[in-house]
Amino acid sequence: MSFEMGRRNLDKKYREYHQARWDEPIIFDLSQKGERGILLPEAEPEVAAAGLPELGSMARENPPKLPEMSQMRVLRHYMHLSQENIGADETVDIGQGTCTMKYSPKINDRLAGLPDFADVHPRQDESTVQGSLEIMYRTEQMLKAISGMDRFCLHPGGGSQAILAIATVVREWVDSQGLSDEKDEIITTIFSHPSNPACAALKGFKLITIYPGPDGRPDPDAMRAAVSSRTAALFITNPEDVGIYNSSIKEFTKLVHDAGGLCSYDQANANALLGITRAREADFDLCFFNIHKTFSSPHGCGGPGSGVVGVREHLVRFLPAPLVGFDEAAGRYYLDYDSPSKTVRLKDFYGVLPAIIRGCAWMLSLGPDWLREVSRVAVLNNNYMFKKITAMRGVDAPYAEGEFRMEQVRYSLRKLKEETGIGAAEFINRMFDYGMHLWSSHEPWIVPEPFTVEPTESYSKAELDEYLSVLERVIGECYETPEVVRQAPHKSAIHHVDHDILDDPERWAITWRAYQRKYKGYFEPR
Amino acid sequence: MATEPRGAQSHPYIPNSEPSVQRGMLQEIGADSIDDFFECIPNDLRLNAPLRMPEPICSEAALKRRFEDTASKNRSVNKVISFLGGGCWHHYVPASCDEINGRSEFLTAYAGDPYEDHGRFQALFEYESMMAELLEMDVVNVPTYDGAQAAGTALRMASRITGRKKVLVPELMGADRLKVISTYLHPQIDVVTVKSARRTLTLDMDDLRSKLDGSVAAVFFENPAFLGVIEPNGEKISDAAHSVGAMSVVWADPSSLGVLKPPSKYGADIACGDIQPLGIHMYFGGGRGGYIASSDEERFVMEYPSRLFGIAPTSHGEWGFGDVAWERTSFAKRESAKEFVGTSAALWGITAGVYLATMGPQGMADLGTGIMLRSSYLSREMSKIPGVEIATGSPFFKEFPVTFEGRRVKEINKALMERGIYGGHDLSPDYPSLGNAALYCVNEMMTRADMDALTSALSEIMRGQGGMCS
Repeated sequence: MSFEMGRRNLDKKYREYHQARWDEPIIFDLSQKGERGILLPEAEPEVAAAGLPELGSMARENPPKLPEMSQMRVLRHYMHLSQENIGADETVDIGQGTCTMKYSPKINDRLAGLPDFADVHPRQDESTVQGSLEIMYRTEQMLKAISGMDRFCLHPGGGSQAILAIATVVREWVDSQGLSDEKDEIITTIFSHPSNPACAALKGFKLITIYPGPDGRPDPDAMRAAVSSRTAALFITNPEDVGIYNSSIKEFTKLVHDAGGLCSYDQANANALLGITRAREADFDLCFFNIHKTFSSPHGCGGPGSGVVGVREHLVRFLPAPLVGFDEAAGRYYLDYDSPSKTVRLKDFYGVLPAIIRGCAWMLSLGPDWLREVSRVAVLNNNYMFKKITAMRGVDAPYAEGEFRMEQVRYSLRKLKEETGIGAAEFINRMFDYGMHLWSSHEPWIVPEPFTVEPTESYSKAELDEYLSVLERVIGECYETPEVVRQAPHKSAIHHVDHDILDDPERWAITWRAYQRKYKGYFEPR
Repeated sequence: MATEPRGAQSHPYIPNSEPSVQRGMLQEIGADSIDDFFECIPNDLRLNAPLRMPEPICSEAALKRRFEDTASKNRSVNKVISFLGGGCWHHYVPASCDEINGRSEFLTAYAGDPYEDHGRFQALFEYESMMAELLEMDVVNVPTYDGAQAAGTALRMASRITGRKKVLVPELMGADRLKVISTYLHPQIDVVTVKSARRTLTLDMDDLRSKLDGSVAAVFFENPAFLGVIEPNGEKISDAAHSVGAMSVVWADPSSLGVLKPPSKYGADIACGDIQPLGIHMYFGGGRGGYIASSDEERFVMEYPSRLFGIAPTSHGEWGFGDVAWERTSFAKRESAKEFVGTSAALWGITAGVYLATMGPQGMADLGTGIMLRSSYLSREMSKIPGVEIATGSPFFKEFPVTFEGRRVKEINKALMERGIYGGHDLSPDYPSLGNAALYCVNEMMTRADMDALTSALSEIMRGQGGMCS
């Protein structure tokens, strides 16, 4: 297992990687009094002669203690930080399962940034924003085809806000029928994203959580027991985070409909299903997609994203206004304030345009057949990984033995932990020493010592093999040189972080200001 | 299942669409065809026809051309003189902001650990820290979706801390912002409006006092307000709130804070707002990020639903970072969490950090001063036009309401548009009490010629005859 630094061993598929390590100071330590990063246009003398308003006690007394830096100094600082970060562009980013880390085409970034899109004010006259409205309208039409829903609201800024929108629609729908006291429960599953229960609770519903049966699918008996006249809605994902398709989904939606409830399909990750199966045929009333997942808009370190909500006709009137309409006779797009709710709003203005433009361009560059191929290849790639990973020592994938998986798999390092003492938390740190990211999984860890791999359609077989060889190598190290794994990362910009202080109110510091109040030097308490 | 994609070519975004590669992979898996993987989907759920959507634009060149054509149907603010504001503002975006948020290491990253994504953690910690200096508060969140969401969360935080279920907000606040707050607080928390004083358009202190009692969780106000007005009674409002055990929650536009006192200096317990002015393009209202700030007390920190990145030591004496009090989030607690958290606006936080570092203290002061000089000049020149009146006696920042005697704003704006000018946001639908009013907004880039073009066009329009009376 020894390696020679500085030489690529062509027999090995993994790389001798090392992240940039700039030992970059906190930006305030780069400040030099008097330096400027940019100059603004001065007011002309005639304008300046108008004078300043009398601010009285509302005038700022002390200038903000922002750093004073020349432009290039600022830029270099952030360049260093960017090099101490790893994007999907830089690695085989398949270890963040459930998040669909696919290629975000560069052309779409350029298109989203066109000044004619970027520098448009949301309150301009409709005649001057026909381009933006057209993109939104076309996006909606394609999403309708993909889901079978009747109308989309593009407002939410991410998947969780889309779930909030859905919980809000359910709340409005329940209230509108005067059933607020009777219909007060929402059913979800433990393998659905945590924002499903969180947003349902926020909108005043009680939660019932369904756990998986032995085959990894939500337990139908538990589901039958959960549904009642109190059921306002079902919030469910399919396939869930474990990557197993719930073949009984239509029975689930029927149970809820028979009890007078609504059914919402969390399609944040829909990468297995484009052109394969739709929310409509499974009788869902609502669904949402993440444009920054399935539809390729980049994740931006955690947003801006876009979560678009589709509903069937009977729920359009509960959506936040405005939607986008098209007047065929006049050939004009418009903001439609009439069809949706007059009172419900979730977000300023109309949606995250830079993400929507990218998603629209991505769909248009694929069309119906290639979109379907996206899902077919994502599933092919996943089953290839599934076959190879489950053959590795110490790893298994619980549930549904002998069945294929959809676009992702939740694996378990339970056996590895038993045999070597190394679990998921330590394992993933060592992966990065080879330039690869691996994520454990959403809590709670129903699957012990979990990790989730979602290869998407974006990676070649050779890249998947490279990832596999890193996994295999780290597993080997767990058995042979466990200390190397425990002390990882070795090749990152930084070493082991002491997380304890982040949970201690006396010691945590969320800003540099707080740090300076609590500490001097390097974490010496004041 | 439907047919294979046309031809044997592979798609540039799908390397393994190459048929011979697929065959090899299937063989290793032990499957006959890709269709095998989908057998778990019942027949009645399968889509057996192609999606009804346009055929692909196969070449990148054609795609670019198509989108450039579509974009050209917009008339951006770069091509006119725009006086639009009202919650989204046309400020100068330094080139460094676009440069950094376009770096693929940031743009395409997501959720790596503090080791892999050290740069993201540090950049967002520094964003929090620079906002903290602007606000003179010790805790700032990783940005949420937008300012309206930040306001909603700030009010829910206040409700949880006080255990009370009612908040007071100004009747003349941003109309859509009020809808977002009301929607977000429903069904647990009631939103009650407080009147505004007629001439100043600031909060009516008598009405506020009459509505304040031990059931109120928070008093929310904007400063500068949606209508641009600077609220002079910040301290009195906060004191009044505190006197009944309620919290003071203040919306502040960060672009004003180089010259205006930050909310913490007049008693705000929680500050919130939108970071769009800090180096983020407008994108038709799609470029937004919400900040929330407070003191560093545990009772506040534990109520944030957002990510909070803190600084921590490493085994080798480096600056390390990580999530503060992770267990409060919905990632850890699901339905028992403080609200919810998910992908929101991190890249805009990094961008706003670049902006604040680039501007520095002098830049932020120049920004505020430059804006106020221009709004003083423009309001003075506009008030000289017969029939045009500035609708507030209060000092204002960046924008101000204007009324037009006997003229509908819609008609005026139409006439202005024909002259290459976007007139102020029409306030009459949302604020009928103001009459034929529009919100006029300046920025730091406006020249005297820009503003004179408006006043001369307006003079002409106001002199115009017929067809425009309301």
